[in-house]
Amino acid sequence: MPGPSTGPSGPSTGPLREVAIVAFGQSDHVRSSAETSEVEMLMPVLHDVVSRTGLKAGDIDFTCSGSSDYLAGRAFSFTMALDGVGAWPPISESHVEMDGAWALYEAWVKLLTGEAETALVYAYGKSSPGDLREVLTRQLDPYYLAPLWPDSVALAALQAQALIDAGLTDQGALAGIAARSRTAAEANPHAQLRGAVPAGDPVVAPLRTGDCPPIGDGAAAVVLAAGDTARRLCDRPAWIRGLDHRIEAHALGVRDLTDSPSTRLAAERAGYFARPVDTAELHAPFTSQEVVLRRALALDGPDGAGVRINPSGGALAANPVMAAGLIRLGEAAARIQRGESDRALAHATSGPCLQQNLVAVLEGETR
Amino acid sequence: MPEILTAPLVVEFPFTRSLGPVQSAFLTGLRERTVLGVTASDGRVVVPPAEYDPVTAEEIRELVEVGTAGTVTTWAWNPAPRRGQPLDTPFAWVLVRLDGADTALLHALDAPGPDAVRTGMRVRIRWAAERTGAITDIACFEPDESTGDDGRTREPVAHDGQFPDLLTGITAPARLDYTYSPGAAQSRYIQALADRRTLGERCPACRKVYVPPRGACPTCGVATSTQVEVGPRGTVTTFCIVNIKARNLDIDVPYVYAHIALDGADLALHARIGGIPYDQVRMGLRVEPVWADGAFPHSPEDMGAAPIPDHYRPTGEPDADYDSYKELI
Ligand SMILES: [Zn+2]
Repeated sequence: MPGPSTGPSGPSTGPLREVAIVAFGQSDHVRSSAETSEVEMLMPVLHDVVSRTGLKAGDIDFTCSGSSDYLAGRAFSFTMALDGVGAWPPISESHVEMDGAWALYEAWVKLLTGEAETALVYAYGKSSPGDLREVLTRQLDPYYLAPLWPDSVALAALQAQALIDAGLTDQGALAGIAARSRTAAEANPHAQLRGAVPAGDPVVAPLRTGDCPPIGDGAAAVVLAAGDTARRLCDRPAWIRGLDHRIEAHALGVRDLTDSPSTRLAAERAGYFARPVDTAELHAPFTSQEVVLRRALALDGPDGAGVRINPSGGALAANPVMAAGLIRLGEAAARIQRGESDRALAHATSGPCLQQNLVAVLEGETR
Repeated sequence: MPEILTAPLVVEFPFTRSLGPVQSAFLTGLRERTVLGVTASDGRVVVPPAEYDPVTAEEIRELVEVGTAGTVTTWAWNPAPRRGQPLDTPFAWVLVRLDGADTALLHALDAPGPDAVRTGMRVRIRWAAERTGAITDIACFEPDESTGDDGRTREPVAHDGQFPDLLTGITAPARLDYTYSPGAAQSRYIQALADRRTLGERCPACRKVYVPPRGACPTCGVATSTQVEVGPRGTVTTFCIVNIKARNLDIDVPYVYAHIALDGADLALHARIGGIPYDQVRMGLRVEPVWADGAFPHSPEDMGAAPIPDHYRPTGEPDADYDSYKELI
């Protein structure tokens, strides 16, 4: 059976079956989408991404989605979202209660096994109905952390202070990351926050409003295809050369918050360090987290000089929770499809302080 | 574009969680103003302790007692405390490495302002007056100006983890508040109910009429954009007899809850059947809505006063022919 030829250690030599992202679509990301239900927000994105391939919904072999019921407080909301897919007669379908990047991982594995030629991967999140900072406390350790209600900004701020104490960044450098991201987002019609954004007041110091991502609603989708099917559906498929995800120790106080060994390991396993990339789409919701990721991925050294980081504006420009990681893979793939990149890294994160990290290496064929 | 409807939605869980032996000893210890850690496979003392090694995932059970004072390893100033957090005045979030521990514990530090906090500062536990065996038995940390040679534990000391009345579980209440909005299709449906009309939506592809509409045809995966008034009369397609009284529901049991295919709809909705003895309800029974008086609900408690059919009652028409509704069962 075809499958990834990765051993227990060392970089992947690449999967035997080639799989590519052949289409990417996303909604505009907005502070509130109260006028639409989740499926009403998602459906135009699904139609858009499938139509880009020339396929019809019924042609897709496998569908996988990522979302969280806690965001909007709607139990089993992902089953409602399936209404937008056309799931009857029954389709082959799966869901992860994670960012859509992990749904993409599942779909990639499905294609590697040879059980599917094409897959639709989508993710959506509506943060507007609830209080996102409170909602995200519910993903924490229920014995030692959740009873204290430490919100997402507070935990990111602890990490930021650790970086400042270690001399790895300062508030000026963090503001520079924010400014670079939102300037880049001026070219991204889907972004929620773009252009000059003031550094603002401390939310939880040292993080100021400008260091934090916008809170908003949005959806994204990609189509994966294998081998010649991918070549047929897309002029320049973004081939997934490697894909891996790793997690840090469970407790924040056990970790070195200034580093991300899980990102580094996932990147190694995805084959990232073998050759330089020209683009990196990093899922760093907070400015300080980009500092950690750049360290883990050696993007600050000489090899990083030629790398365009977050040309989309990244999560600081639009951070629809559960979709923002999938969007990183989609943006990197779209850049390859447009011929603006030949080899790109895409990263997605989940949990507090970069708890879990996924790294993909995407390539376009030489023309 | 219909007016955007919203309603408050509260999701509340009283999670009951069991404890492993290490967590049990740690949380019971807090009740007794004793802080326990666990020795990891690499010899590090992990506080708060884990049941399994953070690196190797091996089961770890060797408990030690550590100090109640320690050192801040990183901090963040919280100028605006939020619901549920340890202090209701501005405070610092801190990771504290307690004396004798090699890892840090997250909590709040009561300090007058950010200028009074720095990484490396000495802090000590302020115990809650009433302790139940929870992380909140530590009320918070407070700055510790003492010199350190006051006889407090500096080195971890072996501990058997035994206390009277060891906890075996915790109850962790969680409440999240939302503002629910139903979206375009369901807003149209709810607004039509205010005029005592039932509004379905038609799929442009397969022509089926869905009621209540959800905005998309689950078969075709396209938006249902055409509104179609259905009913008010309909046919019972199937039913059940409810024998257990639901909480907060003032309806005598037994009663009948039924699927009803409204005339013109391609999907049955469900409602209570009244105005007929429960044991005389049958498939094919023709029914019509009995509307409740009321306004849009603004809280879940007001739902009973919503402008919705309170129940359906027989119309007196002859029963519908089975073939006319068999596709809708
Ligand atoms: Zn249809």
